[in-house]
Amino acid sequence: MAIDLERTKADELARQVKLKATFKVCVGSGCLSSKSDILAEKLRAIIGGRGLSGDCEVKLVGCRGLCAVGPLVRYTEKDTLYSGVTEGDLEAVADDISRMPCGGKIVDTNSSFFKRQEKVVLDNAGSINPLRIEEYIAFDGYFALKKVLGEMSQRDVVETVAKSGLRGRGGAGFPTGTKWKLLAEAAGDEKYVICNGDEGDPGAFMDRSIMEADPHKIIEGMAIAGYATGASKGYIYVRAEYPLAIKRLEIAIEQATEMGLLGENIFGSDFSFQIKLRLGAGAFVCGEETALIASIEGKRGNPSPRPPFPTQSGLFGKPTMINNVETLGNIARIIRDGAEWFASIGTEKSKGTKVFALTGHVVNAGLVEVPMGMTLREIIFDIGGGVANGKKFKAVQTGGPSGGVIPEKYLDTPISYESLAALGSIMGSGGMLVMDEDDCMVDVAKFYLQFCVDESCGKCAPCRIGGYQMLKILEKIVKGRGEIGDLDKLEKIARAMKTASLCGLGQTAANPVMSTLRYFRQEYVSYIEGGVKYARQMKKG
Amino acid sequence: MKQSISAVGSSEEAKEKVRKYVDKFAGEEGNLIMILHAMQSDEGYIPRELALELSLALNISVAQIYEVLTFYHFFKLTPQGKHNVVVCLGTACYLKGAADILKSVEENLGIKAGETTADRLFHIEVARCIGACGIAPAVKIDGEVIGKATSEKIVEQLNQIKAAEGGNGN
Repeated sequence: MAIDLERTKADELARQVKLKATFKVCVGSGCLSSKSDILAEKLRAIIGGRGLSGDCEVKLVGCRGLCAVGPLVRYTEKDTLYSGVTEGDLEAVADDISRMPCGGKIVDTNSSFFKRQEKVVLDNAGSINPLRIEEYIAFDGYFALKKVLGEMSQRDVVETVAKSGLRGRGGAGFPTGTKWKLLAEAAGDEKYVICNGDEGDPGAFMDRSIMEADPHKIIEGMAIAGYATGASKGYIYVRAEYPLAIKRLEIAIEQATEMGLLGENIFGSDFSFQIKLRLGAGAFVCGEETALIASIEGKRGNPSPRPPFPTQSGLFGKPTMINNVETLGNIARIIRDGAEWFASIGTEKSKGTKVFALTGHVVNAGLVEVPMGMTLREIIFDIGGGVANGKKFKAVQTGGPSGGVIPEKYLDTPISYESLAALGSIMGSGGMLVMDEDDCMVDVAKFYLQFCVDESCGKCAPCRIGGYQMLKILEKIVKGRGEIGDLDKLEKIARAMKTASLCGLGQTAANPVMSTLRYFRQEYVSYIEGGVKYARQMKKG
Repeated sequence: MKQSISAVGSSEEAKEKVRKYVDKFAGEEGNLIMILHAMQSDEGYIPRELALELSLALNISVAQIYEVLTFYHFFKLTPQGKHNVVVCLGTACYLKGAADILKSVEENLGIKAGETTADRLFHIEVARCIGACGIAPAVKIDGEVIGKATSEKIVEQLNQIKAAEGGNGN
């Protein structure tokens, strides 16, 4: 029996309209660490104590983005957002139902943090309860899946995605439509669609928040991808370090299967699709496609040379396509609102929006989604509120261990895959780390390189040996024992790693060192010329 | 072949346990990592006895199992402490002084990261990123994330746990 989406949507909306007050308590990982789930229970008890349970709902929702001032509670009907809510505030929050909003902890939702953002992937985040499929459906969830199964040919879907200009959000920016086409054209009855939720980049939590806040969006995106490419099986590969995301995805898959939105003959069509979860186990290299496939097969996450590409021979030797969480999060909206709508957002070559995890020394640390083409300055200063503690801006790091730093003079660069690459960094998966005047660039470079050395799988020599040797040189430099010739050596090894490494990890591992050398060479030279004395001084700073 | 290795002496209990995990993922291709996850989630680590038993049950070599176990950071080969302290050293946390917090934790407990106290009460671990960058620096004690952590805050919490454990040792 096919589910009646319209009916479910209407029922849920009718239920919501009857409510006099809806309090949305954020239970994203950030707010949850301040025990927001317990706050929600207590708020529910207070409201119940006043005999208002029938008219009011206390709802657990995903991340609203402003993690820095959590826990957040939003009173939807009055559009009041409370920050830093404690148990002591709950009575006052509940008073809101009958009176005017209480002062003090209200966040201005008209501030540029909210107004300058454009939510496509995160449109439901913080507003629906991720544990209730009805709420996802109430916001037109699964209507895109119904549309493709009822009205569109497989080729139509692939073409729509291609026309939208969507590119992979995992970092490399490969055109998604092209990838789908490759899998659709691959020969074979059995094909796989994999969602890459192995967000290993330290300093990034975009995918985590999406999976936690709106898991059905990923499932719908995968099912559409499955239909378009002729795959009937999907895997979501999630980091084991994300227990909350795993739990919510498990529940979401169960609900979707129960409602017939996954499984056999979806919406009465010939299309069948099932999704299974697979857990990562703490290996950064598994974000690389071929390593990820090996890991799902239950093996060590060693990358393998390409070709053959996964779309030719991937999981269990079958044609396979891997899409990032955020990429899949765009699909349903593209189908519902059209490729033209999507392509109208962004720059000429980078369409749509991008989610960033804005962290480091920035006032409004949290999760933001902005249209491509917005400048770094707008993101960091308008949305992010600038550098914390009144310090001076020094640089912003994008792309994590594969990316680089960007100094102040390039802050007016509109973000796109190309513009960031031209500056020696990358778009990456969306980590955006703000560094202030006190942060030492050599130390930051060493931090990232250490990470890549630890995470190198050791299979190919350029990455295994090159990374280690660069790290040794950096350690020598920060101890004040460097020589000026060391900088040339660093560059030489970096070039070799870039050219000869087997996979993306090794090819990009030297980027943080190279880009700090490019913009902050003087800091390296100071260590070398100032010797031990300078190094000690930096350590104190 | 099965007989010869089981002669090494796996207990009936170990066999029973392994059977439970294997049955749960029976017939699924590439199920090794999922089985190990389930095992570690119950046991806290992967005991050698269970790994040996698993190699029989899946009919793969012990080396294949240990190849996976030692490759992935997540899997533990030794029992962990009763209380697990995870200091996140992801970039955002690192920038905000997580290294100092780690130092305080190490000093307070008298062990280094990756080690367990002699009384098996505490274990310190370093994480690459627990995804709580918005509230960096973050420390996780017994699964609970503490955001905007400071050395004082964490040490105080450790002392509280110690006090609670105090009288009766374990």
